This record gives sequence, structure tokens and C-alpha cells, in this order.
Amino acid sequence: MSSLNTFQLLNGLTFAALLFIVASGFTLIFGLLRIVNLAHGALYLLGGYCAYAMASTTGSFMVGILAAMAAVAVTGLILDQGLLRFVRGHELRQVLLTLGVGLVLNDMMLVVFGGDTYTVPAPEFLQGALRFAGMFYPKYRLFVLALGVLIFILLWVLLNKTRLGALIRAGVDDPETIAALGINIRRIFLLTFMLGAALAGLGGAVGGAFLTLYPSADAEILVFSLAVVIIGGRGSLVGAAVGALMVGMLNTVGQVMFPEFAYFVIFGPMAAILAFRPLGLFGRTA
Amino acid sequence: MTPAPTPAAAGKPSFMPRLGLAAVILGTLFFAIAPLLVPTYQISILTEVLIYAVLAMSVDILAGYTGRTPLCLGAVFGVSTYVTVYWTSTMGGSPYTGMMLGILAATLVAAIFAILAIRTTGVYFLLLTLALGMIIWGICLRWTSVTGGENGLRGAVRPAELAAHMPFYYVVFVAVAIITFIMWRFVRSPFGLTLRGIRDSDSRMRSLGYNVSLHMFIAFTVAGVFAGVAGALYAMFNDFVSPSTVALTQSVEGLLMAITGGVGTLFGSFIGALAIIGLENAVSIYTERWQTVLGLVFIFIMIFAPDGILGGIKTLLARKRG
Repeated sequence: MSSLNTFQLLNGLTFAALLFIVASGFTLIFGLLRIVNLAHGALYLLGGYCAYAMASTTGSFMVGILAAMAAVAVTGLILDQGLLRFVRGHELRQVLLTLGVGLVLNDMMLVVFGGDTYTVPAPEFLQGALRFAGMFYPKYRLFVLALGVLIFILLWVLLNKTRLGALIRAGVDDPETIAALGINIRRIFLLTFMLGAALAGLGGAVGGAFLTLYPSADAEILVFSLAVVIIGGRGSLVGAAVGALMVGMLNTVGQVMFPEFAYFVIFGPMAAILAFRPLGLFGRTA
Repeated sequence: MTPAPTPAAAGKPSFMPRLGLAAVILGTLFFAIAPLLVPTYQISILTEVLIYAVLAMSVDILAGYTGRTPLCLGAVFGVSTYVTVYWTSTMGGSPYTGMMLGILAATLVAAIFAILAIRTTGVYFLLLTLALGMIIWGICLRWTSVTGGENGLRGAVRPAELAAHMPFYYVVFVAVAIITFIMWRFVRSPFGLTLRGIRDSDSRMRSLGYNVSLHMFIAFTVAGVFAGVAGALYAMFNDFVSPSTVALTQSVEGLLMAITGGVGTLFGSFIGALAIIGLENAVSIYTERWQTVLGLVFIFIMIFAPDGILGGIKTLLARKRG
């Protein structure tokens, strides 16, 4: 058993930042649309593969990220308009339908990309290590950390300072009243769904450059996202941030100290939290 | 996916039970005679159908009778398989002790999961049980010194006298018949009726003085016992276990079988298991993309037939009689 050092703490933080990016999309969709999108992990992986394909053909990381976000947002649009519309209002049927979509997407990606491991090529200025506080740390991981913080700020501003955000928040609390006020709540739902999906795509593109992409990566990130949202509470941005920090740090601690039981280290505290707050730390009753 | 109305509640008591009895006898006859009519390879498929029907019925106890859909019973099933295989291979113990230990381990895991999960309902229950099941998967995958990691474990569970397909099928057939009878008694018992009360309104049951948490705990643990029995049988059937036995797809398939048959019908699980495993084997002739087909079946059933086959038939019959 070895103890933690700054390097590992930073690893935990950067992983938490990535988790936040992915889980914030998940919690947005869960909070507003009451849809537990179990295809979220597959959307993450799809984003990663898109980013890999685009970034390696065009040579631009930025193009890769944008392509991933756009492709996954469109997939989200198709999923919502093409399939989920048939089961609206049935919570459980929606969940199980997205589960089916996740299985199909995962298998199709296995057909296209095979079982190999891919890494999204990071741009040159993010390669290598930065020297600070007497140690070297990969620049790219610091970029992910900064991106996570940036996404948190952007989402916070979007939700709290814009008209769209006000509508989304109102929609979380009482969609019927919003619709009665003459606002097209369905369009807001759809926008939120696409935004949430795009965040999964962004996560895949960014995560694909340091966690690598492989066929079961979608299930792993989905479980981490679930843990984040279960801890943080449905639809809460702050909850997602706190949850991501907890899961990210616990995962690092677990991997360093009890490599064979890393999963257990994450889910133990999650279970403890649930025993006292079944709706998560920042969850509210519907 | 509302559970189908039970025949007893439909008002005309004489007709439906007789029809149901006829269906049960027909189904039993089918599974008793079928292995005599098919080639050897398909006998093992039928054995698999019976084992998975038990898993699907354990899912149905929770999904159909308490109204809480679990996504962890595949993992509980797999725990039993792992323990049984581990006991016979690494420890060199007897298969029957191994199966007992496997069922015991599954029961323990289910009891722990139950304590954590019974406070939640609806989608939260589904998510939490999904996450709990994934812990088992994570441990089985990483704890290589015990579980063999990705390579899995090869066991020595099946005794020599059951090595042939035919005798083994009939042993499983008798075991599953007994288990099914016990489960049927369980869901028809006053306890089972209380569970249905909780499904319909747990706040009402609570104010009537029922201890809802205790009932849920017992129901969950009992479902775990039966999933464990299925897992132990599977250990004997397959003599091999790997992380895919405890993976999410296992729970998903169990749930899909229960839903395909009809949630809340118990016996529908046999139809569901037959349909899904039959499809799996039929599809494998043409393509390796079973997971895609599984996903598509899921999507199709959720959109068009959420009540499942038996549930749909029951609704039709109820409508016909006005």
C-alpha cells in the first residue's frame, strides 16, 4: 500500500473534471426530461471515435472536438425524435429503450472500429509536461481540468443567467405550467437533450485523448456517471460537480491503495450517502 | 410496462384459472417431451432456457410483484456461478456443496443490495441496482488472483453421471419444476399479495400498518435466492465462468426475458426465455451481432409490446369477455 502524492491527487482532479463534463450532460437530461439516458456511455464513446476519426484525418484537435459534439448532438436528436417520442411519459420504458439503443450503438461501433484501442491525437501545444512545484505534470491533463472548470462556469451561467436557463430550470420544477404559459416546452426539452448529448460527445473527444477508447469504455464511463448523479442528485449542476470530485478522487485513492477493489471504493461511499439521502446530496423530490 | 391484471381480479373466477391450468400443463408437457424430439445440441439450448427462466422469474418477483425493476440479478446469478465454480476447481470441493455455497453467497449479496436499494423506487431503484451489479462485475474482472480476471475459471461442477445432455436436462427439468412451484406459491401467498399492494401504493400499505421496508427486503432477498439457484444450475451447465456471466448484459437479458413473457405473469418467463434464447441461437447462424439484435428487440418491445406476450394475451382475453 502506497500513499498518495500530489501527482496522484492531480490525476484524481483531472479525472473528476472529465467525469463532470460527461455527467453534467447526463444530469441535465435526467433532471429536465426525467429520462435516464443509459445510452449516454455509448454517446461518449461515439464522440470519442468521431473525434479520433476527424482529428487524425484533418490533423486538427479542435475540428475533432467540434465534429464529435455535432455528431453526438445529432444522434441525440434522432434518438429523441425517432424513438423516445413513442414512449413519452413512461419512465421505465424510456430507460429500457435507451438501454437497447446503447447496446446497438456499442455493437455497431465494435463493427466499425474493432476491438483495438485508439487515442485521440492531442495538439502539439498540449503534449509534453509542464514543470511546476518541483514536479512534471502532463499539460493535456491540466487542459482537461481547465476545460472542466470552464464547462461548469458556462453551464452555470447558461442555467442561472439566461432566459433559456430560466426556462430549463422552470421546466425541471413544473413543465405543465411552463407549457400553459405559451412556451414551447418540447423544443426546450429537445435542446436540452441535444446539449446533454453534445456534452457526452465532448467528454468522449477529450477523454479519448488520455483514457483511450476501447469497446467497453462506454459501460465504464456510464457507471461512473451514474455514481456521480446518484451522489449529486438529479438535475443538479453543483451536485454533479461535487459528485464528480468525490468519484474522481475516490477512484484514484482506490486504484492506488486497493487496485483490485477500486470499484468498491467508489460505490461504498455512494451507498452510504444513499442510505441517508436517497435522492442524492443535492437532489430534490420531483 | 404496467403489469397485466391478474385473472382473479377480473371478476369471472371460473374461466381464467381453468385456461391458465391448461396452459401450465401444456407448457410442462412441452418441456417434458421437447428434448426427445430435437437433436442433441438443441437439448442443451433447452436446458439453458429452463435455467434462464428461473433467473427471469426472479426478476419478475421484483419487477412484476413489487413494481421495482432490478438490473442486478444477473450479477447475483453470476456470484453464485463464480462461487460454485471456484469451490469445485480451486478448492477441489464437491459440486453439491459448491452449489449450496453459491446460493448462500448469492443470498448474502442480495440481502446487502436489498438493504441499500429498498428505500428507492422507480428509476432510482433501477439505477442503483445497475450500479450495484456493476460493482460485482468490476470485482470479478479485477480480482484476478481469485476470479481469473478476463480468462475466467474452468470448473469441475458437472458430475460424470450427468455428463450426457439428456439425463442432465431432466435433472434440471425436475429442479426447475420444483423451484417454479415454490415461486408460484410464494407470489400467490398472503405475503405475495402484500407485495402487490406495495406495488400499487406503498404509502397506502404503510398506513395500513404493513412494514413496507421489511417486505421489500424479504422480496429482494428471496429473488436473490432464486437468482442464485439459477446461477448454481448454470455453473453445472456451463462448467465455466468469466466476467461476462456477471456483466450488465446478463441482468439485461434476464429482464428482457421477464418483459417479453409479460411482467407480473411469472410463467411468462418461460415463454420469454424460450423466445430470447431461441432468437439468440437462430441469429447466431446468420450474424455475430447478437448484441445489436438484443438491443433492437429491447427497443421494439418497449415501443410496441411493453406488456409482453403473456401479458398481451391476458389483456386480449380480458377485453374479449367485456
